[in-house]
Amino acid sequence: MAQYVKLIALGLVTLAAAIAANYGRDLSYQVHAVLIMLIAGALFLYEVRRTDEPVLAAPQNEYLDSVVRAGVIATAFWGIAGFLVGVIIAFQLAFPVLNFDWSEGYANFGRLRPLHTSAVIFAFGGNALIASSFFIVQRTCAARLWGGNLAWFVFWGFQLFIVLAATGYLLGGTQSKEYAEPEWYIDIWLTIVWVAYLAVFLGTIIKRREPHIYVANWFLLSFIVTVAMLHLVNNISIPVSIFGSKSVQLFAGVQDAMVQWWYGHNAVGFFLTAGFLGMMYYFVPKQADRPVFSYKLSIIHFWALIFLYIWAGPHHLHYTALPDWASTLGMVFSIILWMPSWGGMINGLMTLQGAWDKLRTDPVLRMMVTSLAFYGMSTFEGPMMSIRAVNSLSHYTDWTIGHVHSGALGWNGLITFGALYYLTPVLWKRQGLYSLKLVSWHFWLATIGIVLYAASMWVTGIMEGLMWREVDANGFLVNAFADTVSAKFPMYVVRGLGGVLFLAGACVMCYNLWMTVKAAPAKEQSLATAVPAE
Amino acid sequence: METYSLLREFADSWMLLLLFSIFVGVFFWVMRPGARDTYRDTAAIPFRHDDAPKGPEEDQT
Repeated sequence: MAQYVKLIALGLVTLAAAIAANYGRDLSYQVHAVLIMLIAGALFLYEVRRTDEPVLAAPQNEYLDSVVRAGVIATAFWGIAGFLVGVIIAFQLAFPVLNFDWSEGYANFGRLRPLHTSAVIFAFGGNALIASSFFIVQRTCAARLWGGNLAWFVFWGFQLFIVLAATGYLLGGTQSKEYAEPEWYIDIWLTIVWVAYLAVFLGTIIKRREPHIYVANWFLLSFIVTVAMLHLVNNISIPVSIFGSKSVQLFAGVQDAMVQWWYGHNAVGFFLTAGFLGMMYYFVPKQADRPVFSYKLSIIHFWALIFLYIWAGPHHLHYTALPDWASTLGMVFSIILWMPSWGGMINGLMTLQGAWDKLRTDPVLRMMVTSLAFYGMSTFEGPMMSIRAVNSLSHYTDWTIGHVHSGALGWNGLITFGALYYLTPVLWKRQGLYSLKLVSWHFWLATIGIVLYAASMWVTGIMEGLMWREVDANGFLVNAFADTVSAKFPMYVVRGLGGVLFLAGACVMCYNLWMTVKAAPAKEQSLATAVPAE
Repeated sequence: METYSLLREFADSWMLLLLFSIFVGVFFWVMRPGARDTYRDTAAIPFRHDDAPKGPEEDQT
C-alpha cells in the first residue's frame, strides 16, 4: 500500500515539475523544475521496478552505517568543491581580471561568493554534522537509527537541497539574505528534510538502550532544533508567483535586519558551534581513549551556551538603525559568551590530561587539539570584536573575514578532518589509516594555510579600518575607497596562497582516505562481534 | 500600555529573572550530592557499544 502511495506521489511531483518548467518565469526556477522532474521521474521508474519485490527487514543488531559512509564521502567531496571555489574567489579579489567577460552574470565574484559560503558551511559542514550525528547517536544510544530508510531520505534530500541552492546562486535565484540565500521553494524543501532529520535523531534517542543521554547528543539535538527555528523565522516570505523564484520578505527595514542577524549569528552559534561541539565531545574522547575531562563542566558548558548565544546577534548591527539597547544587549551577551566557550575549550583540551604524549605519535589527535585551540582563539576574538568601540574599527573590513576563517577553517575544518580520519577506518573496518605521515602533511598544510589567511586579513583589515577613518587637519577624509583597495593587494595574494595550502591539505586527506579504504589491511573480526550472543 | 513596551518590561524583569534562575539552578543541579558517580558512568558511554547496538540479552547485566 505504502508503495502505491509513493508511486502516486512521485508521479504527481514529476507532472507538477513538468508544468512548472513550462510556466517558469525565470531561468533558475525553470532549471530547478526540470531537475526535480528528472529526479522524481527516475525515482518513479526505480520504484516501479522494485514494486512487489520482497523487502528485507533491517537487522536490529547492527548499526546503520551505510548512510554514515555516504556522508563521509559527501563531506570530503563538498569540502574540496567549497575550498576550491573559495580559492577562486580569493584570487578574483586579488586579480579582478579573473572575473571573465564570458562568465559575467554566472561566475563572477558576486555569484560565486554565496556558492563558496554555502558550500563550505552547509554542504561540507552540514554533511559532516549529519554523518557524524548519525554515527554518534547510534554509538551513544546503543541503538540502530530510528525510522529505517528515513536516514537515507535525509541524506539525499540534503544533497538535493545543496544542488538546488548552488545552481540557484549561479543562475541568480537568491533572496539576498547572507547564509540564507536559497529562495522560498528550496527553503520549503529544506524544512521537510530537516523535520525528517529531527525525527530520525530524536527517534533514536527515544529508543536508546543507555539510561542517560550523552552530552554530545544534547549539543547535536540543540543544533537540529535551533536551526529549524532559525530557518523558519528568517525565511518568512511571500512568493511573487508559484511559477517564479522571486519572493518578498515579510519583515522590512530594521526588523528584517535584526531577524537576519539573529539568524546569522545563531547559524554560527548552533550550526558551526553547538553541532561541532557535539562532534568534539565524542571524537576527542574516542581519539584520546579517555572520557571527557569533566562531565559536570560539559553540562554547564551546554546550558550556558544555549542561554547566551541566542542573544548575541545584534552585535552585527552596531551603529545602524537598531536601537541602542538592542545592540548593547548583543554586545554584553557576546562578551559573557567568552566564558562558556573557553570552558568548553578547556574541557576538550584537558581530556588529554595524562595522555599528552599521544600528541607526539597521533597526528589526528594533534589536529583535534589544534582545532580546539582555534576555537579558543576565535571565541576570544569574536567577543572582542563585538565591543562597539572595536567594532567601529573592524566592521566592514577584512578583519571580519579573517575572524570567520580562523573559526571556520581552524575550528570547524580541523575538527571535521579529525572526525573523518577517525570515521573512515572504523566505517570501512580497516585496522588504521593508510598513512599517518600524510595526516601530518595535511596538518601542516592546513595550519600554515590558516595562519597565512588569518594574519593577512588582520593586517589588511586593521589597515583598511584605519585608512577609512583617517582625516586631515581640516576634517576631510584622507583616503578614497579605491586607495584602500589598491593598498590591500599584497595581502589578498597572501590570503589566496593560504587558501591554496588549505585546499592542498584537503586533497592530501582525500587521497589518504581513499587509500585507507582501498589498500589498508582489513580489521580482523573479533570473536565478540562474530558470534551471536545468547 | 502598548504591546512593545509591555513585552519589553516583562522581558527585562520577570523573564530575565526566570531564565537566570534556571541557569543558576542547572549549576546547583550539576553539583548535587551523588552526581560524581552518575557522571562518571555517563562519561563512559562512548566506550561501550562501538560495534553493535545493545541486544535484549544484555539487560540482566
